[in-house]
Amino acid sequence: MIKAVMVMNTQGKPRLAKFYDYQPVEKQQELIRSVFAALSSRAENVSNFVEADAIFGLDSRLVYKHYATLYFVFVFDSSENELAMLDLIQVFVETLDKCFKNVCELDIVFNYGKMQTILDEIIFGGQVLETSSAEVMKVVEEILKLEAASNAITLVPKTVSSWRGR
Amino acid sequence: MGSQGGFGQSKEFLDLVKSIGEARSKSEEDRIILSEIETLKRRIVEPDIPKRKMKEYIIRLVYVEMLGHDASFGYIHAVKMTHDDSLLLKRTGYLAVTLFLNEDHDLIILIVNTIQKDLKSDNYLVVCAALNAVCRLINEETIPAVLPQVVELLGHAKEAVRKKAIMALHRFYQKSPASVLHLISNFRKTLCDKDPGVMGATLCPLFDIVTIDVNSYKDLVISFISILKQVAERRLPKSYDYHQMPAPFIQIKLLKILALLGSGDKQASEQMYTVLGDIFRKCDTLSNIGNAVLYECICCVSCIYPNTKLLEAAAEAISKFLKSESHNLKYMGIDALGRLIKISPDIAEQHQLAVIDCLEDPDDTLKRKTFELLYKMTKSSNVEVIVDRMIDYMISINDNHYKTEIASRCVELAEQFAPSNHWFIQTMNKVFEHAGDLVNIKVAHNLMRLIAEGFGEDDDTADSQLRSSAVESYLCIIGEPKLPSVFLQVICWVLGEYGTADGKYSASYITGKLCDVAEAYSNDETVKAYAITALMKLYAYEIAAGREVDILPECQSLIEELSASHSTDLQQRAYELQTLIGLDARAVVCVMPSDASCEDIEIDKSLSFLNHYVQESLEKGAQPYIPESARTGMLNISSFRNEDHHEVPMHGLRFEAYELPQPVVPSKSPVSYTPSTELVPVPEPSYSREIHTSTAVPSISNSGSTELKLRLDGVQKKWGRPSYSSGSTSTLESSSQKTVNGSAQTESVSTSTSRAQATSSFDLKKPQVEISEEKQRLAASLFGGPSKTDKRLTSSSHKVVKSSSHTTEKPHIAKAADTALEKPTTVQPPPDLLDLGETTVTSSAPSIDPFKQLEGLLDQGENVSAPNHGAVNASKAPDIMSLYVEIAASGQSGGAVNSVPTNGDDMLSGLSGQSIRTASPGGAAGSSPLSKGPNLKDALEKDALVRQMGVTPTSQNPNLFKDLLG
Repeated sequence: MIKAVMVMNTQGKPRLAKFYDYQPVEKQQELIRSVFAALSSRAENVSNFVEADAIFGLDSRLVYKHYATLYFVFVFDSSENELAMLDLIQVFVETLDKCFKNVCELDIVFNYGKMQTILDEIIFGGQVLETSSAEVMKVVEEILKLEAASNAITLVPKTVSSWRGR
Repeated sequence: MGSQGGFGQSKEFLDLVKSIGEARSKSEEDRIILSEIETLKRRIVEPDIPKRKMKEYIIRLVYVEMLGHDASFGYIHAVKMTHDDSLLLKRTGYLAVTLFLNEDHDLIILIVNTIQKDLKSDNYLVVCAALNAVCRLINEETIPAVLPQVVELLGHAKEAVRKKAIMALHRFYQKSPASVLHLISNFRKTLCDKDPGVMGATLCPLFDIVTIDVNSYKDLVISFISILKQVAERRLPKSYDYHQMPAPFIQIKLLKILALLGSGDKQASEQMYTVLGDIFRKCDTLSNIGNAVLYECICCVSCIYPNTKLLEAAAEAISKFLKSESHNLKYMGIDALGRLIKISPDIAEQHQLAVIDCLEDPDDTLKRKTFELLYKMTKSSNVEVIVDRMIDYMISINDNHYKTEIASRCVELAEQFAPSNHWFIQTMNKVFEHAGDLVNIKVAHNLMRLIAEGFGEDDDTADSQLRSSAVESYLCIIGEPKLPSVFLQVICWVLGEYGTADGKYSASYITGKLCDVAEAYSNDETVKAYAITALMKLYAYEIAAGREVDILPECQSLIEELSASHSTDLQQRAYELQTLIGLDARAVVCVMPSDASCEDIEIDKSLSFLNHYVQESLEKGAQPYIPESARTGMLNISSFRNEDHHEVPMHGLRFEAYELPQPVVPSKSPVSYTPSTELVPVPEPSYSREIHTSTAVPSISNSGSTELKLRLDGVQKKWGRPSYSSGSTSTLESSSQKTVNGSAQTESVSTSTSRAQATSSFDLKKPQVEISEEKQRLAASLFGGPSKTDKRLTSSSHKVVKSSSHTTEKPHIAKAADTALEKPTTVQPPPDLLDLGETTVTSSAPSIDPFKQLEGLLDQGENVSAPNHGAVNASKAPDIMSLYVEIAASGQSGGAVNSVPTNGDDMLSGLSGQSIRTASPGGAAGSSPLSKGPNLKDALEKDALVRQMGVTPTSQNPNLFKDLLG
């Protein structure tokens, strides 16, 4: 099971933190800090894996990928495959890239909700739900369309039923 | 969807992010966020906030909390938002509550109702949002409230909903297996779902369930195999391909499940051989995901009943991993090697140089994985080299967690495979010296017991040699500064027991050393206790041997100091020592027999020797003893009675004294409480007063309660005990007696170390553990294969000449890896009839780097990517179903393996029940929804904004993914 997904920048500021088992705010901060400490001490051109037992407790591994100013980090247990997780990060980033066109850190900061939507389509309750970024995009766009529509017609809520009828 | 120009956010939020981005220090950031919290508190309660604005407030709250500040004042607004009719707000609300609340939060009860309603919604997106919340917010108690609806959703028309319903059910299973136990059969049903995605989602819960109960699912082996076969043969719709691999994530999950099912089951394993062989052949070793599947395949092969051919294939794959340039693949290779080595131990030999390269790699993760491998392949022939390496590494790292782990591994290996006593003692010394405070105290006790009992069965000379060498080494080490406490305890104990045993050292020499220790570590009471007890033993031997005891002045002052110590334990020991010195030889021998640490102590649990005394007291009218179980209101006593630690008296009253003040804790830190919220009124001032009164209320009948408020440690130590047992002094005495006689005794029995016998007879090629710098020597000592190393010797000595530093890449290995990697590309899967329609697409695809398509700079790239990824998704759902059905049917008639499942296999029969005409899936590539070209203006605007924000100082171009794409 996937335990957590984090995105943080190279200064250690969290840009996204999602824990699939509840963690109190203080604990979250501590985890983010220790993950960042672990990542920033790693050299270039080494593997993308870190054993995270010390941070997340027994049987946890961490896979990260470094893109420009951002670290993407997935934390998971032995029921997942490290290389596959690395590709899942790839899927996530690909999808973000498709969604934002040349995604950059600012997109992620300002479109927090959208990023969460994308992530929720890829990982659900700690399990991998979808691995095709095209599929994810389709769903996300549909959601955004409906959201926009429901927002535009909030004054006449009855018309929402026309959407539901589909 | 573009990024909506200026990000579609308000100026305020923009400014917030900007100022946080520019914050120079943590305190500055905190200040900004605190003022943001104030703003939000004010704004969020204003009436008639526009919905879009409200959404932004909630997102800002999430942002604030992500940065580590308390946003609990806004939780209720997030909860309210989930009730909203608008999808936008509802989803935002759900998102916020899933991030804010845990499943036991009080507010959850307000959401359950909404979730119930939303699960029934006609809009599947609302249902999905609710399912998402279900996963996170429903706990064991609330599962029944939503369970019927979730189960109903397993039959929803939309496959996306079915998938999520399965996963929600899986989540329930994880949280409380009992509550969904009767629904597990549903997973069998959903495994036969007409949508491959739903089937794939079902594999997640099945994996968990099979892990727990393998035997009930043996009947599914055939189904899993046939699914895997179909997937591997590319019978799934093209949309499930990922980087030219057919549904790799499904393959991985299936392989994991098969590994579980085939473990130790020859019959089941034999059915898997064919398909595993196929996957080995078909895996694309150039892509990351292909290697992931390959790795999983190796794991599976190493778990199931072994098959020579598959093991060969696995070994070959491993060697490709190890020869790869990529650290990731090396890591996987090492891991896989560790798995396979259990089955075919000689496989490591051919990879010895690669393993040693990994051991010397600067990458810590890889290094640790390699140590794990070495740990697995340790035998008595290579234990010295491996443990020595481990200790070197242990000394070099600062990470306490890993230090502990590697130290305990060293100890374990040393205990198991030690070639000689001397080596064992030396190794343990090193471990204790460098990680003494991290290892389990049991290890120290084990070591003491080992020295006391000796290695061999009857060989007394060997045992005394062991002791002498231990004493000698400890006397060398004892002078070093800052030794860990645990190690000092061992040293003191051993010196006390055996310091003068062989007559090499005089008692005054050793007592002098012990006094030095007690003085140097005067803060450590345990060490002092060990030291003074050791002194007592030494003096006892002297007296028993009829020699004159002359107590060194420093010993005298130590004894005096300790007899006035705050610790009653130390006092006790000091007084005992003083008394003992005054006794004559005969008495001393009785009290303190020499070398009796291994004697069994008979324990009279019923205390029968007191019967007489009890009888007398009863006759005099004393109250009879009431057993603990018969007493009421004193439950806690039993818990501490069971412990035989001598510190117990200190804890005697603790449970009452410390529990009461707990509610005071929040009032101690009122800073964290925000005073202004009217929603959650916190009656702070009255709180502490209440506590006060409650403690002041005299509690009934407990003799200890009068002391509750004192909480003075020193006082408790003296007064705490007598209220319960009159024999407090006797227990104290007996416990200290035990430690005197041998602390190993108290901790004994727990582990029965099966030590490799006759290991001492093993011929030592190198007398002292010592590693030569040359790798081949290391390799030879690690892997012990002289036959094969000859050839390697030349090549590796070559290497050493070429590059003195091991970290540089070896060119000829790289070349070998290149050729190895090129080979598999020629192996193409045999074209399938069904796939014919699509082969054109596939064959054109590989030439284009899939990453390039992402770049979004080439219109063409996007066009190609669209049919590749989105082709089938664009086509209607029935097509997918029918295709899948057709596949299943043809799969049945296909191979010999597939002909079996027809009878009773519910998956396939379920599928063949459907009879829908096949439609070409990829033929009509739907119009790509993503074909928007890159908008130059957008990009420029964004770039400008980025610069203005200063968030991305390192890159000039907003296109951050260059490194990924290039």
